[in-house]
Amino acid sequence: MKVLVAVKRVIDYNVKIRVKADHSDVDLTNVKMAMNPFCEIAVEEAVRLKEKGVATEVVAVTVGPKAAQEQLRTALALGADRAIHIETDERAESLAVAKLLAKVVEEEQPGLVILGKQAIDTDNNQTGQMLAALTGLPQGTFASEVAVDGDKVHVTREIDGGLQTIALTLPAIVTTDLRLNEPRYAKLPDIMKAKKKPLDVKTPADYGVEVASKVSLLKVESPAERKGGVKVASVDELIDKLKNEAKVL
Amino acid sequence: MSILVLADLHEGQLAGATAHVIAAAQQIGGDIDVLVAGEGVQAAAESAAKLDGVSKVRVADNAVYAHQLAEPMGTLLVELAGDYTHVLASASTTGKNVLPRLAALKDVSQLSDVLGVESADTFLRPIYAGNAIATVKSDDALKVITIRTTGFDAVGTNGSATIEVVNTVVENSQSSFVKEELAASDRPELGGAKVVISGGRGMGNGENFKLLDGIADKLGAAIGASRAAVDAGFVPNDMQVGQTGKIVAPDLYIAVGISGAIQHLAGMKDSKVIVAINKDDEAPIFQVADYGLVGDLFEILPELESKL
Ligand SMILES: Cc1cc2nc3c(=O)[nH]c(=O)nc-3n(C[C@H](O)[C@H](O)[C@H](O)COP(=O)(O)OP(=O)(O)OC[C@H]3O[C@@H](n4cnc5c(N)ncnc54)[C@H](O)[C@@H]3O)c2cc1C
Ligand SMILES: Nc1ncnc2c1ncn2[C@@H]1O[C@H](COP(=O)(O)O)[C@@H](O)[C@H]1O
Repeated sequence: MKVLVAVKRVIDYNVKIRVKADHSDVDLTNVKMAMNPFCEIAVEEAVRLKEKGVATEVVAVTVGPKAAQEQLRTALALGADRAIHIETDERAESLAVAKLLAKVVEEEQPGLVILGKQAIDTDNNQTGQMLAALTGLPQGTFASEVAVDGDKVHVTREIDGGLQTIALTLPAIVTTDLRLNEPRYAKLPDIMKAKKKPLDVKTPADYGVEVASKVSLLKVESPAERKGGVKVASVDELIDKLKNEAKVL
Repeated sequence: MSILVLADLHEGQLAGATAHVIAAAQQIGGDIDVLVAGEGVQAAAESAAKLDGVSKVRVADNAVYAHQLAEPMGTLLVELAGDYTHVLASASTTGKNVLPRLAALKDVSQLSDVLGVESADTFLRPIYAGNAIATVKSDDALKVITIRTTGFDAVGTNGSATIEVVNTVVENSQSSFVKEELAASDRPELGGAKVVISGGRGMGNGENFKLLDGIADKLGAAIGASRAAVDAGFVPNDMQVGQTGKIVAPDLYIAVGISGAIQHLAGMKDSKVIVAINKDDEAPIFQVADYGLVGDLFEILPELESKL
């Protein structure tokens, strides 16, 4: 079974972003970029499936600018076998990415596609669900456990009330939640080896997909800043403040 | 304008989130219908009919919609969406699971986690863990939107909408429900609680979370947690507050043994009053806390419980 993994290049999760002075967008100049953490979990899951003998090949794919090849190389270093870069400098929204991934699914015929549940820049949480709808494949989102069993996959999902397990026919689409696994770090020899692994470069036009979206970004602002308050010296003072100053008790 | 709101269900009953989504729909303006889809959901439909501002409740009561699995729910929404300019759901795990399918099948974008309505086509939504707020305008013919419930006050329950049966039954052989492990709790739901007390890695283990119970009892609070506490297995996943967990905005949020990473702050920084209890006086949580108490939680919590 072939496993396709979608990875996105995003701002490093430790960085606190700043809004541009003209409020046109956030400022990403000279900001540290990395693989979206949920995509790291997706790559890790795919690689573990290969190590267990369930997957035969792991293919990583990204949609983005030239620099996004860094994240594909990371995926290759972590154990993916080859990579596909769909290069575009346009802002590719979830719908466009899902359409492109649907074309790749058609071409590659994977048994399983693993995506992150959410990209930590747009916080959209849509692409996997859209891909499932477009390909007509079943979806298991927010997965904390994935167990392939013959022609089915059992997915345990993190839902608002707790955990839900569903069974899906294969091929299927899975999106990862935080507890699915703990991603490994790439070792230096693997990083060296990854440089030689195949990486195909395509464009959205090759797939006949229009990247432009009908949603326009009018303005980006900083949220209302919270002012740090006061330190209290004791439990008594805390209770007094909550009762008499904040009036929340 | 005409708006369809997908109702949230919790164990077959109407969940509190729906009343907030209706409030957002009212700000958009136009007729508001509610879709209640599930199995054995008559009572939920009746509750939905009482929400202020609702014209019509449409009920799809069939075993195929049990547990609101994504595939049949998405297809049902596609069938119904033709009558509407907007389809809304709360940004719950159900809304997030189902709505993007509708958007994709209608070839439109989805706006996630909307927390403000400027007009019928322009909305505010948080990006980068809430560290920026984007104003976005959608020129799509159908607007598909998930609503962050903390952005809108719930509507009242003096309505009397008509209830209409939806007979659409869709096939689903691709996905099936296996089991659910729902956390049982007598406490208020995290999303709707007026007071939330959350524990982090500093709690040390799951057993120690009992130190929060007595305080939560006295304050009628819900109990939450940081990701680190959930990852370490102290408490179940449904207690995680943050960018990728639950978003809360209670009147009072008490963070205990939580450092205040941006991903955690993303889930609670819109609370009215924030209290932080942490032994490290440099912990970033103090930068957002109205009241900070520096000290050992194992001494502070028992004292707080006894003095409340
Ligand atoms: C993609 C991604 C998504 C994430 N999503 C979330 C999310 O939704 N929610 C979330 O919370 N995190 C999330 N995180 C994790 C986040 O970055 C932090 O790692 C996490 O919030 C830290 O949890 P903590 O504050 O409990 O632990 P720590 O950072 O380890 O802090 C523990 C604190 O407890 C204090 N402490 C220890 N002992 C005591 C004591 N005896 N008395 C008083 N204080 C004590 C310490 O001083 C310290 O400040 C996410 C991370 C990533 C990468
Ligand atoms: N530009 C992209 N290239 C590749 N995968 C993407 C891209 N955007 C989103 N994805 C995938 O979809 C997941 C969810 O993203 P989103 O729905 O945009 O929050 C990510 O974790 C990726 O797996």
